[in-house]
Amino acid sequence: MPKLPDKHGHFGLYGGRYVAETLMPALLELEEVYRQCRTDSTFKRDLRALQREYIGRPTPLTFAARLTERLGGAKVYLKREDLCHTGAHKINNTIGQALLAKRMGKERLIAETGAGQHGVATATVAALFGFSCEVFMGREDTVRQAPNVFRMRLLGATLREVGSGSQTLKDAMNEALRDWIAHVAHTFYVIGTVAGPHPYPMLVRDFQSVIGRETKKQIVQREGRLPDYLIACVGGGSNAMGLFAPFLSATAVHMVAVEAGGIGAGRNAASMSNGYAGVLHGSKTYVLQDETGQIAATHSLAPGLDYPGVGPELSYWSDQQRLRCVTVQDAQAVEGMRLLAETEGIIPALESAHAVAHAATLVPQLPATAIVVINVSGRGDKDLQSVASFLDENAL
Amino acid sequence: MTRIADTFAQLRARGEVGLIPFITAGDPDIETTFALVHEMARQGADIIELGVPFSDPMADGPTLQRAAERALQHGTSLAHVFELVRRVRRSLTIPILLFGYYNPIWRYGGERFAADARQAGVDGVLCVDLPPEEAEELKRETDRHDLDMIFLLAPTSSLDRAQRVLTRARGFIYYVAVTGVTGVRTTLPADLSDMVRRIRAISPVPVGVGFGISSSEHVAQVAGMADAAIVGSAISQVIEQSLGQPDLVARVGALVAELKTALRSIAAATRNHTGTASSSRS
Ligand SMILES: Cc1ncc(COP(=O)(O)O)c(C=O)c1O
Repeated sequence: MPKLPDKHGHFGLYGGRYVAETLMPALLELEEVYRQCRTDSTFKRDLRALQREYIGRPTPLTFAARLTERLGGAKVYLKREDLCHTGAHKINNTIGQALLAKRMGKERLIAETGAGQHGVATATVAALFGFSCEVFMGREDTVRQAPNVFRMRLLGATLREVGSGSQTLKDAMNEALRDWIAHVAHTFYVIGTVAGPHPYPMLVRDFQSVIGRETKKQIVQREGRLPDYLIACVGGGSNAMGLFAPFLSATAVHMVAVEAGGIGAGRNAASMSNGYAGVLHGSKTYVLQDETGQIAATHSLAPGLDYPGVGPELSYWSDQQRLRCVTVQDAQAVEGMRLLAETEGIIPALESAHAVAHAATLVPQLPATAIVVINVSGRGDKDLQSVASFLDENAL
Repeated sequence: MTRIADTFAQLRARGEVGLIPFITAGDPDIETTFALVHEMARQGADIIELGVPFSDPMADGPTLQRAAERALQHGTSLAHVFELVRRVRRSLTIPILLFGYYNPIWRYGGERFAADARQAGVDGVLCVDLPPEEAEELKRETDRHDLDMIFLLAPTSSLDRAQRVLTRARGFIYYVAVTGVTGVRTTLPADLSDMVRRIRAISPVPVGVGFGISSSEHVAQVAGMADAAIVGSAISQVIEQSLGQPDLVARVGALVAELKTALRSIAAATRNHTGTASSSRS
């Protein structure tokens, strides 16, 4: 198994640092600081303490008895990232980056957000550490994730509505990068997923890998062996890489990356399934784009998946066929949300509901002896309004 | 010697500082761009920087974002830009530099890009999001086709880093005047001339200064420190304000003429003072 990324931040063909010169020195410095922190016992101790006492880790691995029975195949377990403080896995990463920002003496955090979960998680750590905080969010997303907008404001963050382009996650990231270019000296950019220029894909993966490490320990305790399938939704890919990374060398463990199928051809956000290699937001990776290299408009009911790129490491493992990409459409995801709510009393985020929906088709085909782990990356409170409208509009 | 290097040599011989206006190809349409290139050349532009529009221009402020949007509304692509340059070359020899983002070039294919660019009559290429660390693959192709790949340095680049970037420089080095994205500014940073002098002292190629250079005063300031002034958003603003007006091209021409006059008067003043053509480059 190669050690990835290489020293230039490449995952095979993918990754790298495709940014304006103004940002290069900051990225090189961040990489240097991160390399020191990675082996620094104080940093590691602080991180572990915050994971335990603030995020509430370890999160449970819940055996889903009624879902297992309903699907009539493999045994299904749920990794409960919905139980993290703030309601999603995003805080695993923001806690880590806030510690880095503190070390680097930065005063201000900025972040992009789609579903608002990363924005909330960044606003939360800003409050915890005493940083000022500005969150960039596409105007369309501020409407469909209104509860998270209010949470961010309550946490003391300033919301920067982005009205350019498609007014979703991609445009929020453009605006955050522009702000960072202008304020790089005292601002730390907290990227919310395993995308962006090196070293972000590496450090976000490392901070999220706590998901997979815990899962490994918990499933071995329960079942005495590793699972057969890991299923995670993929927007940028941080909850997926976090779950997958500690299992990469265990080649018998199948990994399934569930991308947003939206409402079908031309109206989706499935970068690995439907995209081409390209360069977006600082790294080379699979990108939804037209034949002249313009980035495509995307669609997903789940704002956290509504993004035309994907983390470069996922592109690499997809090419290596170490993970398999599938798509789930909006309506199926809503069904997945209902299924988990009705069988387990857990309302997943629309993003996570994509993983549940895929499990609903995969699990019945597997033998009763097989074990499947679904990453429930977040809880669904933020989505209630948009799901209600979706059901209304589609008369479901 | 490439046409860009040649132009800088001639400027130096005349004791002048170059003017490099930037416009986005296809803003508001290709025919207007064609006319603008001719008009800007006529009014004293020394090199033309042609923006290749991209949907997600992360180093651009609102003015150039809107310019790219207008150009993309009718699908301006690299193929269209090459066709435009090919037509311009029937009548003009002024150096043309393409300025853009990497993805459209990558999608077109680096080798094919360099070959087609050269064949169309392009002289250089600058990719805002392609720092030297990632540029090797494309630079092999542009070198092979004798195109100048222009690299950038910024206020955040250390002298050490500048030194390393400069070893790969061809044509000229583009110094980013402000820590920020493109866009019109009222003032330039107080330490700009110190920064530019430090780069210029170690640079084997001429230094152009761009980002935020918005007026005759700014251009005159740059003339005292660098080899060329690059003006983008201020020109795009005039285009935007003149959309649908019959005198759009003339208004841009008037701005270019005004900027050129400011540069020439500084050059003349310097010559009268020192008795030699801009002596700091030797
Ligand atoms: C709950 C939840 N899951 C998943 C995602 C998608 O991001 P990633 O693919 O990085 O895990 C988001 C993004 O906002 C989210 O809020």
